[in-house]
Amino acid sequence: MEKTKTINFMAKSSRHRRVEQGVIAVLIACSTLAIFTTIGIIASLIFEAIQFFKFIPITDFLFGLNWSPQTAIREDQIGSGGSFGVLPLITGTFLISAVAMALATPLGLFSAIYLAEYAGPKVRAYIKPLLEILAGIPTVVYGFFAALVIAPFIRMTGSEIGLEVASESALAAGIAMGVMITPLISSLSDDVINSVPQALRDASLGLGATHAETVAKVVLPAALPGIAGSLLLATSRAIGETMIVVMAAGLAAQLTLNPLQAVTTITVQIVTLLTGDQEFDSAKTLSAFALGLMLFLVTLCLNAIAHQIVRHYREQYD
Amino acid sequence: MSKIVESLPNIPEVLPLDPAPQADPAVRVKPLITARNVNVFYGQKQALQNISLEVPANQVTALIGPSGCGKTTFLRCINRMNDLIDICRVEGSIEIGGQDIYHKDVDVVTLRAQVGMVFQKPNPFPKSIFENVAYGPRIHGLAASKAELQDIVEASLEKAGLLAEVHDRMNAPGTSLSGGQQQRLCIARTIAVEPKIILMDEPCSALDPIATARIEELIDELRENYTIIIVTHSMQQAARVSQRTAFFHMGELVEEGATEQIFTAPRDERTQSYITGRIG
Repeated sequence: MEKTKTINFMAKSSRHRRVEQGVIAVLIACSTLAIFTTIGIIASLIFEAIQFFKFIPITDFLFGLNWSPQTAIREDQIGSGGSFGVLPLITGTFLISAVAMALATPLGLFSAIYLAEYAGPKVRAYIKPLLEILAGIPTVVYGFFAALVIAPFIRMTGSEIGLEVASESALAAGIAMGVMITPLISSLSDDVINSVPQALRDASLGLGATHAETVAKVVLPAALPGIAGSLLLATSRAIGETMIVVMAAGLAAQLTLNPLQAVTTITVQIVTLLTGDQEFDSAKTLSAFALGLMLFLVTLCLNAIAHQIVRHYREQYD
Repeated sequence: MSKIVESLPNIPEVLPLDPAPQADPAVRVKPLITARNVNVFYGQKQALQNISLEVPANQVTALIGPSGCGKTTFLRCINRMNDLIDICRVEGSIEIGGQDIYHKDVDVVTLRAQVGMVFQKPNPFPKSIFENVAYGPRIHGLAASKAELQDIVEASLEKAGLLAEVHDRMNAPGTSLSGGQQQRLCIARTIAVEPKIILMDEPCSALDPIATARIEELIDELRENYTIIIVTHSMQQAARVSQRTAFFHMGELVEEGATEQIFTAPRDERTQSYITGRIG
């Protein structure tokens, strides 16, 4: 008879524990760093924005209809006031985003439906990566595509049919941006549509519904919250996009809803305010931080809502 | 909480279920469904071998057998749900009412409206109870008016034995019902399209015994108007609800006959082993 082995689970060395603690320490350090960086950025935004609001009352900023941030460098110059009404920038930003979404929503959504519901595995294996290449193109490339191809084309077409189109227009920038965010929408929506349980499709098909009826009446309604989430994420991406609008939308802060005119956006103004040598104690440069804070708050809200919707949707089927 | 309260009063009525009346094997009516030499392949793998089976109208036919024996595959051949699987290939013929459902001119959508299906896991749409049942009649244009649709929905829920439980909350989401209620909702949804045949793929496997008894009772009632084929893992269930039983094993149809005969005097040794619990 073999003697039963003695059982002992007291650690001979604390090696396991040391490794485990080391790993945890590294992980915590990394995540803390990221969190503190974010907090730092937000704090500096808020701090500088407060400085700005010492020069310009917050109501003038939020409700002013005029944006021309040129302040005098010397006391004796004319036009020393400058006006910091953010509304033209907001309308410009939303105008371009609206054009982009109007283009990207059907494009992205329909390609997602095709990919998720109709494409065979082979087609899918080619098309999905191809669409995702679009997402990998640097935005500056979209920028000169918009400025050199789309904008002249729109202006020529416009003059053919007797419309006056600015050489840099919200439409041109919006179209380029729409192409850019299409893969974002299609990829997210494709995931959402794919996660609709097959059981629901089976139920619908088993009742004698056609594939198209099943998609329209069962799959899309079930996926709708997730799709809405992906659209919101895309919108917040469009609002925050800078390079395309810098190159294609123009710098003139016009309060207009006409997509054929040049408009400017919050991001473009931040870029122009802060590029070059600047003093950081004038209202002009400080206004960039107020704009940044505003942009941050808007996209934060959109993202928060979008994530909330997407998460709620996921829970529904788990 | 409410689930428990609702199901409690049902216990005394449903537990002593009448044994299903046995069909006399001598009286052979013309079969509604006739499968001849059905072979099914998933890619290279053969899932069904030469299945020939006749299913009489207005009876419950149970398909039994161990997991992976092909009984669900065969069931899904009858309304061509296997078409949805790219690598699946079906050979042979299945006739319903004398028409080959694998003929190239067959409209699968119309076929599936005639041959309804209830799935293993209750799968109500994420819509209201009313909309779940109204879905089929709507897409097939069965109701000319709102009132007519209302009638169809209520009649279907009534036949599925669910109306009394849900009539005051037709707009509540279908997913808010208990598992057994959801499955009866799915049955109501299937009935609403007025199929001739109802295929049931282990309809009680996700349900507790009380809900199961309720569904079994329902199946027995539905037999009057529908031809039912049910796949089940439970031999007790097959014995309770079916008039005919087919035993599948390793992709073959081993034995088929009146349920009583299969369970009391199986001809094949494999059937004997399965029903006594030695294989499976």
